[in-house]
Amino acid sequence: MNLCQLLCGLVVGVSALTFGTDVQAGDWRIKGFAATEIRAYTQDAKWAGQSDNTEISVILNPEFRYKSEDRKHRINFIPFVRGTNTDGERSHGDIREAYYMYIDDKFDVLIGANKVFWGVTESQHLVNIINQVDLVEDPDQEDYLGQPMLQIATQQDWGRVTAYVMPYFRERNFAGVEGRLRAQLPYDTHKATYESGAEEWHPDFALRYSHYMGDFDIGLSYFHGTGREPTFNVTPEGKLRPHYSLINQAGLDLQYTTDAWLWKLESIIREGHGKTFAAAVGGFEYSFYQIFKSDMDLGILLEYQYDGRDDDAPITIANNDIFAGARLAFNDIQDTEILAGMTFDHENQDSFINIEAERRFGDNFSAEIRARFITGADEGEDLYEFARDDYIQLRLSRYF
Amino acid sequence: MSNFKLSKTTAKTILLATMFASFTAFTQPSIAQEQDPAQMGYDIAKRSDESDRGFHDHRVKMKMILRNASGQENIRDMRFSVLEDPNPDVGDKSLIIFDTPADISGTALLSHAKILEADDQWVFLPEDEKIKRISSKNKSGSFFSSEFAYEDFTAQELNKYKYNYLRQEPCPNAAELTCDVVERFPLYERSGYARQIAWVDTTYFQSRKIDFYNRRDSLMKSLDFLDYKQYEDKYWRPQLMKMQNHQTGKSTDLVYGPYSFNNGLSENDFVKGVLETLY
Repeated sequence: MNLCQLLCGLVVGVSALTFGTDVQAGDWRIKGFAATEIRAYTQDAKWAGQSDNTEISVILNPEFRYKSEDRKHRINFIPFVRGTNTDGERSHGDIREAYYMYIDDKFDVLIGANKVFWGVTESQHLVNIINQVDLVEDPDQEDYLGQPMLQIATQQDWGRVTAYVMPYFRERNFAGVEGRLRAQLPYDTHKATYESGAEEWHPDFALRYSHYMGDFDIGLSYFHGTGREPTFNVTPEGKLRPHYSLINQAGLDLQYTTDAWLWKLESIIREGHGKTFAAAVGGFEYSFYQIFKSDMDLGILLEYQYDGRDDDAPITIANNDIFAGARLAFNDIQDTEILAGMTFDHENQDSFINIEAERRFGDNFSAEIRARFITGADEGEDLYEFARDDYIQLRLSRYF
Repeated sequence: MSNFKLSKTTAKTILLATMFASFTAFTQPSIAQEQDPAQMGYDIAKRSDESDRGFHDHRVKMKMILRNASGQENIRDMRFSVLEDPNPDVGDKSLIIFDTPADISGTALLSHAKILEADDQWVFLPEDEKIKRISSKNKSGSFFSSEFAYEDFTAQELNKYKYNYLRQEPCPNAAELTCDVVERFPLYERSGYARQIAWVDTTYFQSRKIDFYNRRDSLMKSLDFLDYKQYEDKYWRPQLMKMQNHQTGKSTDLVYGPYSFNNGLSENDFVKGVLETLY
C-alpha cells in the first residue's frame, strides 16, 4: 500500500517532531471501510438535464489513528472519497478529520479538521452547527464535511466547556445538473457570495457547555459566524447562487431519561437570517424491551418540529411538522436494526418517508438499505421540486 | 505472584467483579457457626466484597467469544476500565471500548452503576461522533448479544441482594477448596432473575460458580470462574469466565488479558465529556 506508507510516514514524521519518543511507545491503528452503493430512483427525473440512470458509487473511507501510550497525544487522519457514475458533483472527496489533540486531566486542545456533533433529537439536528452538511452524500443532512478548527475544552466537576475558533468556512455542496435531488434551477455551487467581506475566511467562534445532572443531560451553545445554511439568489444565467450570511445563534439541547423514556428537546434562537426567530424540535423515544419474549427491542419515536423563520431566511422543510418513527433492534450477533420514520407537514400535507435497515455479515462486511419517499408534494410546497426523487439504495461495506 | 496456584479455578462472588467488585476477608473463617442463614449468607458475601476493597482502578483487555448452539463462534474485542467507589451504597464506574467487530470499532459504553436503581449510561457512536444517554432500565437484556445480561456485567455490589446460606461443599471448578453455597435474591425489581446460587470458597473468598434462575425459577444459566490470578498481592481476578445458557445451548466466554492496577484513573476519566476525547 504505497498511499498508506506515504500517509503513515508523513504523520509519523510529524508526530515524531511533535513529541519525540512517544511515537515508539504509542499505537497506530489503520481502520475504515470501502463500500459500493447502488441507488435506484423509482421515477423518471423531473427536470431537464437530470440523469434517469441508476447511480453506482464506490466509497473509500480509511482511518489512521494514533494514540500515545500515556493517552495524552492523539492524531486522527480520515480522508473520504466517493466516485459516482451519474453526477460529477456527487463524486467528491473530503478530509473528514485531520487533527492533533493533546489531552490532560482537566483540559484538552485540538487543532485541525474535525467533526463535532451536538444534540439529542432524532428527526432534525437544529442545534448542531459546527460542521457544514455534506448534502450530496445524503439528503438526510446527517453527513458532514470536516471543519478546520482550534478547539480548547476544559472538564470540571460541573461540566465540560468547549471553545471553538474556526478560521475557514466550508461551502455546502449541491447536486450538479445531471444529479437528482435538486431544484428546478441548477446550483451555481462554486460561486457562493458572503455577507462577510472576508468571505470564507471570516473567523467563526463557538462556545459549548455540556453536562448531566441526575436524569437530565443538558447542552448550551452559542455560535457567531457565517451560518452553514445558504439562501439563494437567481443569477442572470438562471442558476441558484448560494449566499451565506453572518449569524448569531444560541442553542439548548436537553434530554430527560427515565424508565424506558427518553424525553428530548432542542431549541435555538437565531439572529441574522431575516428577522430574529426561534425554532424547536421536541418529543420522546419510548422502548419496549424484549418484545414477544424475544431479544428484540422496539422503540417508538414521536417529535414535533417548529420553526419561526421568515421568507428572508434559508428555506426549511421542518417548520410545522410531526415526525413519527419506530426503531427495531434485533440484538442479534449481526446487530440487525431497522429504523422507519415519517415526517408529516400538517399544513401542506406533504410528507417524507425514510426507511433504514442494516446488518453485519461475518466479522467485516455489512449491508445497509435506505429508502426515501416523498408523497403529497404538490406544486408550491416545500418538497415539490424533489417529488420524483424517491429512491432505494443498497450499500455493501467491507470494514478493515 | 502468589505463593499458591489456583490456576484452573475460582470465582468471585460476583460476576465481572473483575471489573467491578470483589472480596477478601481477614478474620472469622467460621461464619458457618452463626445461626441465622440470612445473616450468614450476607456475612459470606461481605467477606468476599471486602477482599477486593481498595483496588481503586484497573484496566484490562477482554475477548468475548459468543458461541451458538451448534458451536459457531463470533469474537469481539474490547477494553475495560473501572474506577472503584468505596461507598457500598454507590456503584463503581466503568468504561468499555469496542475494538472489533470492525464496523463498531470505537463504540464506547460509560456506566455509572447504581445499587437498586437503573444505572446512568452513555454510548459514544464514532460514526456520527454522537454521545447518547441511553435508558438502562432493561438490566435483564443481553449485553451486546452475549449470554451475559447487563445486570451480570455492571457493578456487582453487596447490597443488591438478600442472602440465604445453604451449605458447605467442595468447590466446583476447584475441588481442593471448600465452598460456602449461598442463595441470593436480587432486590432490583426489574432483575431477570428470581434467584442465584453462588459458590464462594472459604480460603480466598472468591466466587467459583453462579447458577442463575429465571423469573419462573427454572435454571437458566451457569457461570464458571476459572484461572484466578492474584494481582498486587491482594486482588484476585479470573482470567476466564464461561457463561452457559442451559435453555438455548448458547454460551459466552470472557477471556481477560493481564490486568493493570493503579493506573491513576480519576473521576474525570469516567465523566460523559471524556467520551469526546477517546476516539
